[in-house]
Amino acid sequence: MSELASEPLSTAPFAAGTPSASEAGLRSATVGRYALLLLVLAITVGPFLWQLSTSLKGVTEDIYSTPPQLFPQHPTPGNYARVADAVPIWSFALNSLLVATANVVANCLGASMAGYALARLSFRGRGAAMTVFLASLLVPFEAIMVALFLVMRSLHLSNTLAAVVLPGSIAALNVLLMRNAFLALPAAVDEAAVIDGANAWQRFTRIALPSARGTIVVVAVFSFMFSWDDFLWPLIVLSDPAKYTLTIGLSYLQGTFVNDQRLVAAGTMIAVAPLVLLFVAAQKYFFRGVGEGAVKG
Amino acid sequence: MRIVQQRWFTPWLFLLPGLAVVIGFNLFPFLNTVVLAFTDAKVLGGGHFTGAENFVRLVQDPAFWTAVGNSALYVVGVVPPLVILPLLLALLVERKLPGITFFRTAFFTPVIASIVVVGLIWTWLLDSRGLVNDVLRALGVLTRPIPFLTDEWLLLASAMLVTVWKGLGYYMIIYLAALGTVPKELHEAAQVDGAGWWRRLWSVTLPALRPTMVLVAVLSAVAAFRVFSEVYLLAGPAGGPGGSDTTLVMLIQQVGTGLTGDLGYSSALSVVLFVLTLGLLLATNRLNRKEDL
Repeated sequence: MSELASEPLSTAPFAAGTPSASEAGLRSATVGRYALLLLVLAITVGPFLWQLSTSLKGVTEDIYSTPPQLFPQHPTPGNYARVADAVPIWSFALNSLLVATANVVANCLGASMAGYALARLSFRGRGAAMTVFLASLLVPFEAIMVALFLVMRSLHLSNTLAAVVLPGSIAALNVLLMRNAFLALPAAVDEAAVIDGANAWQRFTRIALPSARGTIVVVAVFSFMFSWDDFLWPLIVLSDPAKYTLTIGLSYLQGTFVNDQRLVAAGTMIAVAPLVLLFVAAQKYFFRGVGEGAVKG
Repeated sequence: MRIVQQRWFTPWLFLLPGLAVVIGFNLFPFLNTVVLAFTDAKVLGGGHFTGAENFVRLVQDPAFWTAVGNSALYVVGVVPPLVILPLLLALLVERKLPGITFFRTAFFTPVIASIVVVGLIWTWLLDSRGLVNDVLRALGVLTRPIPFLTDEWLLLASAMLVTVWKGLGYYMIIYLAALGTVPKELHEAAQVDGAGWWRRLWSVTLPALRPTMVLVAVLSAVAAFRVFSEVYLLAGPAGGPGGSDTTLVMLIQQVGTGLTGDLGYSSALSVVLFVLTLGLLLATNRLNRKEDL
């Protein structure tokens, strides 16, 4: 977001007041701005910190005390071990990781290939193919989920991780994002490669893919996030607790151990930690993805 | 120029995986949903054509009207705050103060967390013995805890709060990108004319952001009408006391899944969801164009 224009601080020649007065005004405006920023910070990040604090409170500590105890008196990782005794949380996490990784690989490869054909190859039926992808964007997932379950059942895939991955494995939105990225490449490069005798696959892997790296990272990051965070579809298609992903496992945990908020808190921290790390590492791709997705969607 | 002759099927090989997924797992189930809506298909057996029977049943079903009402109420409840609050946030983080990247990043955190994580965090915060009630009690504002998670209306309001809280950062980034495209010259000209900050916000920034505000309204309205997880997690799978907080998507899930699943009826509900979502899109689109005239 570094290219976002920032307004010059009020240095207009016609600004009213003496220099010292406007300077003092400016300083108090800046202080006010930071106060607001901190307030919003408390509202947006505070709940996560409260959950973290709860997850670190020992069994002997009263988590319902009034006034509330903001920090654990004797921080202990014990709840993270206890939550694994209560539910197989690490196997849930492994299932989530498998599903998310498969989703990333399939989307990066499948959406790039389709996007490349739509953007850089000319053939009869291209418009029709484009229409298929656009039409699917109009169908809300929630309106087809029951029928989708029937598809998985007839493929003998219900209650498998493959069924969790398949429906979103090549998202139409990603195809369109990749198409836009490939459209932006200069035609001259392609023409030169054609003259050199490169076939479509070679041009795709050697020229197009490396030039669209940024968009591929956006697709990868969002595919991981959507898959890791998804709740409704795994809830419908998975029935065996051994196959549960983290999100389903967590809502199951809440149902069974609602009396111990420390365990639920530890579980939610396990579920959110990988994404926070990914976000810190690839922050600009998240922001870029929001911008590109919003323009398309 | 020597052109390598491209075989006719080459592009289709590139498209094959994508088309297979989109047709097999999106368009086919959609067509099947429309067909099933006119049958009495069950998860176990059935499947005879019954004409419009499911739709007749639907308009006479109080659970359907409760669900549609809740989903519609959800749109009304979350769209105005999601159009206004993220815009204010974007204005707050727009200026490049030291540390502003940290704040932008931090404000986005609720967006990346799973709705399940967010739902469980707020279930704990809004518990009768949770932090919110605790703080209010410690301040002496309350004698009895507010029943955020047991009262049918407060439950829906709490779910809306969670949706708004989770969406703030997402729409903030959309607004931030749009703010960057507001022509600087306009601001400078207005400043030369003696317009203060409020005046410039009102006469320069907001008119320039109008299309973005409409976009945010459309995106958040369509998402709100499809609400499931927030209410499911806060109110429970049954949708609150007596199912009074059930939304349309929750009803589809309750009716259509499990061994007793009524595929015909849930497909009819799905068709209604599709038509209403599309209608919402078209209506807002049209509204937008009218205002442009």
